Amino acid sequence: MATVGRALLILALAVAAYGIFASIYGARSGRPDWVVSGRRAVYAIAALVTGAFAILEVAFLRSDFTFATVAAHSSTTTPTFYRAAAAWSSQEGSLLLWLWLLSLWASLVLFLTRRTLRRVAPYATAVLLGFAAFFTGLLVFLETPFGLSAVVPLEGNGLNPLLRHPSMTIHPPMLYSGYTLFAIPFAFAVGALITRQVGAADWIRSTRRFALAAWFFLGIGILLGARWSYAELGWGGYWAWDPVENASLLPWLTGTAFLHSLMLQEKRGMLKIWNVSLVLATGILAVLGTFLVRSGILDSIHAFGASTLGVPFVILIGLLVASSIGLVVWRREALRSENKLDSPLSREAIFLANNLVLVAMAFIVFWGTFWPLIAEAITGTRRALGPPWFDRYTVPLAIVLVLLSGIGPVIAWRRATPSNARRNFLVPGLVALGAGALLAAFGAADKPLALAMFVCGAFVVGSVGQEFWRGVGVRRAMTGQGPLGALVSLVARNRRRYGGYLVHVGMAVLFIGVAASTAFNAARDIRMAPGQSVRVGGYDFTYVKPTSAISTTSSGELEKISFGAVVDVRRDGTKITTLRPERGYFPSLDGEGLGAIGRFFEGEATSEIGLKAGMRRDLWTAMTPDIRGLLPTIREGDRVFKAAGGKLSPEVQARALGAALTGLVNRYVTDPPPATFRIITSPLVTWIWLGAIVVFIGALIAMWPGGDAARRRVRAGYAARVAQDLAREDLARV
Amino acid sequence: MEVGSLLIIVVVLCAVVALLYGPLRTRGAAVRDESADRIAELEARKEAKYREIRDAEMDMRTGKLSDQDFRILDRQLRAEAMEILRALDEEAPDAGGDHRLG
Repeated sequence: MATVGRALLILALAVAAYGIFASIYGARSGRPDWVVSGRRAVYAIAALVTGAFAILEVAFLRSDFTFATVAAHSSTTTPTFYRAAAAWSSQEGSLLLWLWLLSLWASLVLFLTRRTLRRVAPYATAVLLGFAAFFTGLLVFLETPFGLSAVVPLEGNGLNPLLRHPSMTIHPPMLYSGYTLFAIPFAFAVGALITRQVGAADWIRSTRRFALAAWFFLGIGILLGARWSYAELGWGGYWAWDPVENASLLPWLTGTAFLHSLMLQEKRGMLKIWNVSLVLATGILAVLGTFLVRSGILDSIHAFGASTLGVPFVILIGLLVASSIGLVVWRREALRSENKLDSPLSREAIFLANNLVLVAMAFIVFWGTFWPLIAEAITGTRRALGPPWFDRYTVPLAIVLVLLSGIGPVIAWRRATPSNARRNFLVPGLVALGAGALLAAFGAADKPLALAMFVCGAFVVGSVGQEFWRGVGVRRAMTGQGPLGALVSLVARNRRRYGGYLVHVGMAVLFIGVAASTAFNAARDIRMAPGQSVRVGGYDFTYVKPTSAISTTSSGELEKISFGAVVDVRRDGTKITTLRPERGYFPSLDGEGLGAIGRFFEGEATSEIGLKAGMRRDLWTAMTPDIRGLLPTIREGDRVFKAAGGKLSPEVQARALGAALTGLVNRYVTDPPPATFRIITSPLVTWIWLGAIVVFIGALIAMWPGGDAARRRVRAGYAARVAQDLAREDLARV
Repeated sequence: MEVGSLLIIVVVLCAVVALLYGPLRTRGAAVRDESADRIAELEARKEAKYREIRDAEMDMRTGKLSDQDFRILDRQLRAEAMEILRALDEEAPDAGGDHRLG
């Protein structure tokens, strides 16, 4: 089936090239038949790539090692659940996933806009097909997922153990959904610029939901990555300002900015140059994000690809940047604002400030991420900027951002009078001041930046709470419903508004969690033998006893050896919990060079953390056993098995190896060496995950399409009023 | 190459050609319907304006706008909406003012 897979990709490349021609020819000659044919090319690519992706997935699920990529990234010992996800752990598989998602999302948007945007859509189709052609070209000429193994191995290399975490199975599809969905507003913005329709409201209306979906999926992807980092990487943090993390954050920041500023263009015809630049920049940053993960150009714990793709990606990004700038300059006349800011005391002004803060953050993240390359170009030495550098600039900006997200909901569009603003800010202001005073009294004043974040977060909760309270009051007065019914109908009838408010609350909660867990955590690295204790953050951690285990797959093959610890946690003598951190050792396939037993300790090793998560505090620990004491035994075992090589039947050898490994893990328990523990007590980490869930619920509400009937009903009242005015004026003229 | 694989590739190729060639079989006349584009754009503007009127009303009801501020803003927004409706009337006189009904 590898041949079929390869043929499908070659066909997809040809179809993409044809589709670009058909769309542009159709648009330029005004021939709808060619435009439709170009659009169908996108559907055809979606079908072809779906077929190719299915072939690859089946190969992974069946452990078909005739596929070189399956042999390199999976094994029969990889659990089935992870085998399905192993496809996108490879360079070629992840590029295929990107292409597949792009083709599906592009098909959806082109299907939905097939009867509208007749001038813009053909050019957008050509741009989307251009992206598809680029990625298909990479898959056909540089990184084929359908290459065959020169010699078919009996066993594959297996999935990188670090990726054996549930969130890692969903993280890449979410991230790539975000990236590919951001290609849609990019493509339509290019189409709008080419056709001079950039000021038009309909392309914004048609693609805004896709932009929001991109923001939503990318956000989930970023969050899952943070969760994986916290639970799997063994360093105890969720964000390290790593280049690959930053690469996903960049389009998310600019995407957040344009989701806000698009409203200004839609309502007031303002900020057109700014908006279209943000849309284009976000699309380019999404491609840059893929490039950073896959090229290996910057050192990252997350970069799983070595570079053969650097040059084509640099050419693509250069082309996108140059053509975007060229288009904006070319159409600058059509991008003039129709209105000016009425007042600095208006929601428009707050949106503008929010945009400036978000773009400033994006610029700082971009600068810090690429500084190693810039420094290398200037000084010849590659120097990375660490978390303190990023924190110095992003923390104050994040505080301002949270504050603005509280001001936005309570300030009116166009112009708010000072007296009105005072009335609306009173309750949120009091909530913020009250929370600040209370927290300062409990010692938060020692960390002024964290305190500022808590105060701003409380302000957001107060302002959004007030909005919901008043909105429910209005609904109750209008309909006579109970509080719950009024709340549901309020949100249902104003999804964008109240979904957006929920997003603001979720972000505030998330940032409160980040501020608390960063400013008030306690961490310690300590070497302990069983029976020893250490006090961290007011908790006593005692290494009670070691543990060890051999894990096998369902088919009885050895998957990993684990050495762990039972850690008792007490506070003031009262038992709080028992933690069980582990270190898992996955065998290397190099049995000859590393020894029959030694290979189990020379492969990949991962940390399984011990975690007690709570609303107030997380108790987190990871351990690394000191296995140096076991090395003489391991080497002796290797020598014995080497000497016996060929003399024992495979069954006898397997039994002997099993017995030797069992003896080794038993010895770890009966004669335990000391282990190094990393212990962290960190407040409000759970608030980060809960805040994110609230953000995503809010985004879902804002995205959820309203029924046509409901929309018509709501619109009818306003239409009637305006039509009445118009009729009155017409009559007066007569 | 296996016969089965070859057969699959040929069938897929034929299906793709049929899909792409389908619209071209009935040669469509060259169309440059500027008016339809303009109407679509005005309809989008009209919807955005109605949403703005609605938001202003919500702002008034939830206390973000005083009654006086709302009256001024509402008048201004309705005047802008009327401009759009007039433009729609001019663009599509045959519609008999249907777009005025929302």
